[in-house]
Amino acid sequence: MGLPHVDPERRDLVRRKARRDALVASVSLIAFVAVAVVLIARSPGWPTVQDLFFNGEAFKKSFPAVLSAFWLNVRIFLVAEPCILILALIVALTRGSTAPILFPLRAVATLYTDIFRGIPTILLVLLLGFGVPALNSDFITNEPLVWGTVALILSYGAYVSEVFRAGIESVHPSQRAAARSLGLSNTQTSRYVVLPQAIRRVIPPLLNDFISLQKDTALVSVIGPIEALRQAQIDSSFTFNFTPYVVAACLFIALTVPMTRFADYLNRRAANQRGHS
Amino acid sequence: MVRSLLSVENVHKAYGVNPVLRGISLDVQAHEVVVLVGASGSGKSTLLRCINGLEAIDAGRIMLDESLEVSAPDADLDAVRQRIGIVFQSFNLFPHLSVLDNVTLAPRKVLGAAKSKAEHSAHELLARFGLSDKAESYPDRLSGGQQQRVAIVRALAMDPELMLFDEITSALDPQLVGEVLDVVRDLSGSGMTIVMATHEMTFAREVAHRICFVDAGVVCEQGPPEQVFDAPVHERTREFLSRTRTR
Ligand SMILES: Nc1ncnc2c1ncn2[C@@H]1O[C@H](COP(=O)(O)OP(=O)(O)OP(=O)(O)O)[C@@H](O)[C@H]1O
Ligand SMILES: [Mg+2]
Repeated sequence: MGLPHVDPERRDLVRRKARRDALVASVSLIAFVAVAVVLIARSPGWPTVQDLFFNGEAFKKSFPAVLSAFWLNVRIFLVAEPCILILALIVALTRGSTAPILFPLRAVATLYTDIFRGIPTILLVLLLGFGVPALNSDFITNEPLVWGTVALILSYGAYVSEVFRAGIESVHPSQRAAARSLGLSNTQTSRYVVLPQAIRRVIPPLLNDFISLQKDTALVSVIGPIEALRQAQIDSSFTFNFTPYVVAACLFIALTVPMTRFADYLNRRAANQRGHS
Repeated sequence: MVRSLLSVENVHKAYGVNPVLRGISLDVQAHEVVVLVGASGSGKSTLLRCINGLEAIDAGRIMLDESLEVSAPDADLDAVRQRIGIVFQSFNLFPHLSVLDNVTLAPRKVLGAAKSKAEHSAHELLARFGLSDKAESYPDRLSGGQQQRVAIVRALAMDPELMLFDEITSALDPQLVGEVLDVVRDLSGSGMTIVMATHEMTFAREVAHRICFVDAGVVCEQGPPEQVFDAPVHERTREFLSRTRTR
């Protein structure tokens, strides 16, 4: 075994081309941004907009409160996400089952996805957030925060279960046949052969749904809990300045961008893997 | 009277209104190598899938070892499949598992073998078929011939009494066919009972104890290779052979 043979001249050419490409990309970006900034800054309304939305003073003042309210968004997300995954997996498996005895469960699961995929999430938040506490029951909590989170779980659970189902169905039937022909039972086949492959395939689309959920935690604000959006609303109604909204927007972006890049990376990796196999 | 390991008795099977098996019968003795030949669509794959319980039959009976009725509607198919191995044209290895895990999955989960014991036997089988250095590889890193040999090893790991091979070389590049046929030769030499469908006539003549010519869902003619290939009695057999020879 020797080192792979690479022509040094060729390698230098490749490197030089890469450097030139990077330079062109940077120059083009700087030029583009410069033009955009000049165009915006020279429009007549800009000073007003800047003062209302990008006010440095207001930014600094509202940042701590919005940031600490944003922690609630993060908590809602962290609680909802695992619940969604578990609920969705159970629903997907139930819908994919064939045992006659499970028929009622299959019907319930189908009804659930049909209904909860059809209702706009914000409507569901309102219905549960105001509806359940109105029951005044002694057994269940009246906390709007809880019901808002439950609404998110139910709504996303229906979506994500369809993602899981698509993943399970994308595993070729010959895989199941091969497993069954080795004597594995139906359940063992699902567990050791079908699900591991299905889950690998749905991770990129799932990340997309996670990103969407991170943003939708703001919907809970409509029933009262003070999360980032609600806090920004309160701040801006005191100061008649919209900069707090921009603060909230920046926080959401800071959370979703890394996740988006990660999803892109996984998508690319999956595409590469398909390419060579 | 010799005991038959497998007996297929007057089996009928239709897909919808399209009859595929029309009263097919076949007896296989232990250690016998039976090769099914016949035109495309004659029902060879369907028969093999029925023997393994992957397809339900409409009429007739399939008995394993004269005691276990494979075709009974309430047969314990998992138990049947532990005793009958099947290998398909498309290798169907589990892509998310290494070669070793592909081979040990069923022994561990179905037979409850300990991991170390299952892996030990798996390594022995892999070594026997020249796959020792591939144990840790994933299927997409193997050539077609290697994948098919792993698929055979995976079936053998369940220690079956009967092996079914369905055109196991059809998806392979010509230069890879030999290595897979060597495996079948080796198995037949060690006394394994085999029923295989193939279009490799030269190989069929060499390895088969008996050739069954399947035509339109029945066994039209059967006998030792010399008899069926060199002195076919049936008009249909002659037609089929002349077509395959000129190709
Ligand atoms: N799952 C299925 N559903 C409907 N029809 C099927 C199915 N599987 C096979 N058939 C039909 O049954 C007939 C016999 O198919 P089979 O695969 O058993 O033939 P074969 O002898 O193995 O042919 P080949 O040599 O091409 O493999 C064909 O006409 C085929 O179209
Ligand atoms: Mg076939």
